[in-house]
Amino acid sequence: MTITTSPRPLLLAGALSSLFVFGVVFGAAAQQPAAPLPPGSPLAGRPDSEAAAKLSPVAPPPLAAALDKLPTAKLKLPEGFSIEVYAAGMANARSLALGDKGTVFVGSRLVDKVYAIIDQDGKRTVKVVASGLYRPNGVAFRDGTLYIAELSKISKIENIEDHLDDPPKPVVIYDNLPKDEAHGWKFIGIGPDNKLYVPVGQPGNNVLHDDAHGQIRRINLDGSGAEVVALGVRNSVGFDWNPQTKQMYFTDNGRDWMSEDVPEDELNRLTKVGEDFGAPYCYQGNISDPEFGWGRSCSEFTPPVGLMGPHTASLGLRFYTGTLFPDSFRNAIIVARHGSWNRTHKAGGDVVVVKLRDDGTVQSIEPLITGFLQDNKYIGRPVDVLQMPDGAMLVSDDWNGAVYRISYNKPKLASE
Amino acid sequence: MRHWMAAVVLALLPSWGQAEPIEARAAPCLGCHGEHGQSEINDTPSLGGQQAPYVLIQLFMFREKLRVFEPMNEMAKALSDDDLRVLSDFIASLPKPLPPPDAGDPARLRRAEALARQFHCQSCHNADFSGRDNVPRVADQREDYLLKSLREYKDNSRHGYDGSMAEALQPVSAEEIADLAYYLARLR
Repeated sequence: MTITTSPRPLLLAGALSSLFVFGVVFGAAAQQPAAPLPPGSPLAGRPDSEAAAKLSPVAPPPLAAALDKLPTAKLKLPEGFSIEVYAAGMANARSLALGDKGTVFVGSRLVDKVYAIIDQDGKRTVKVVASGLYRPNGVAFRDGTLYIAELSKISKIENIEDHLDDPPKPVVIYDNLPKDEAHGWKFIGIGPDNKLYVPVGQPGNNVLHDDAHGQIRRINLDGSGAEVVALGVRNSVGFDWNPQTKQMYFTDNGRDWMSEDVPEDELNRLTKVGEDFGAPYCYQGNISDPEFGWGRSCSEFTPPVGLMGPHTASLGLRFYTGTLFPDSFRNAIIVARHGSWNRTHKAGGDVVVVKLRDDGTVQSIEPLITGFLQDNKYIGRPVDVLQMPDGAMLVSDDWNGAVYRISYNKPKLASE
Repeated sequence: MRHWMAAVVLALLPSWGQAEPIEARAAPCLGCHGEHGQSEINDTPSLGGQQAPYVLIQLFMFREKLRVFEPMNEMAKALSDDDLRVLSDFIASLPKPLPPPDAGDPARLRRAEALARQFHCQSCHNADFSGRDNVPRVADQREDYLLKSLREYKDNSRHGYDGSMAEALQPVSAEEIADLAYYLARLR
């Protein structure tokens, strides 16, 4: 029996030539096969559309805006609330902390300084109390001591309010922290347990990482006893403790390049040590990540107690415990939303008040300060909030290098 | 009488001051960076057509020693905030640099062009690599300066203003950096 072999080479030649044709057609477009994007890249998942191509991270000016260039006149607040400039001239003003003697300390992320705002009978002056630091975004104060968190270390200056004119150099208390630039800047806060809480961001937009990242740790005030309290945290730049339940509430920024509208930023509540909030497997409590979620389920993780809007960059927050604002603000949370870069029509760029239900989950989110976005462009970007002893709220703005003060006067009724 | 007094006051003004036109004030810069936006000196960047906000940020970083390079820290240390604005606007007005006469090896250029797409450089740097706002023009920059910058961003010996370049370069190999610098320097 003869086996004819001629069809096979012909078939092969045919297949090869069609491959060649395909190669030419697609080769002309010169497309590299879609190789997985750089781990950590802020562009991971970026689609090739024209609109997406216009989105890149927005950087603020490095120089603080002059007083006459501050945007307060364009900012809108609900009736009865008013806003004024508390202090200005602090390039890249970011996180806020309050000293026992009323000094307001201000960190920075893109410059090297920690500022102090001193109020003497209503007149404010600004001093630099530390410089030469590496992204000193985090500031906290307890018992006379200022704590500063740089990219990869936490330091302290004791008795700082007695030495504002000639402050000693910060002394490092803890530096067992990774050195990644991506999500490396830190917000810090001291809890009711007298421990200092510090997040370690996920080292990239959407990336698997080791057990030293994507978490919140706490340490004793001398730097000892470090432990991880929360996992699955992508990048938290703000937290505070519920005055009634003593539970920690923290914002967490959602990933980029999934879509314009999801995932939303999260407001999370820590109920136990070691709780896992899902990143990078699950975002906003109910979206399995398209890249890493396979074989996992959002039901493994703790969902947020509220959603803070897509790409709003929800950052600093404080529970309101004062009596100056209306009663409905008592135990509500005031949150600074820095505003979007990864969204064509920017969202956030405002300060909101989050009211909670009795069970501690979010009931409503209402605007408190808007107007930082005008025609989809920033005239300011809020970063952190701080309650003052008189019940007024301070808000920092890293775009202008300024801090504003919000107060409230009950509007008179027509009949009064 | 008044003319006489004015003459004395003017004579006492420091010679390097607001009265001088920007071209004269920028002359020391152009001595290294090139008269017409194009640098002929090793490892010294061309400045022509650079994005003004980017220049302002870099001059600011040199002044504040957030970016350390001694000659530039020296040059920038006495600059006022207004100087930063005036200088960066002037530098942006200089003609953009031209590609070198050597058009380069086509295969290497094609390879690098694909790398730029893979790493999405144009997402921030623009389709023609001319930059935007705080993101610099890199088209036709000196190859040695591009190499130096990319390497320093990758090993974090040069801190960026924010963390964007450190993130962008995480997955890029040393060989790929060399190809990218070769390609960007020769864009036509």
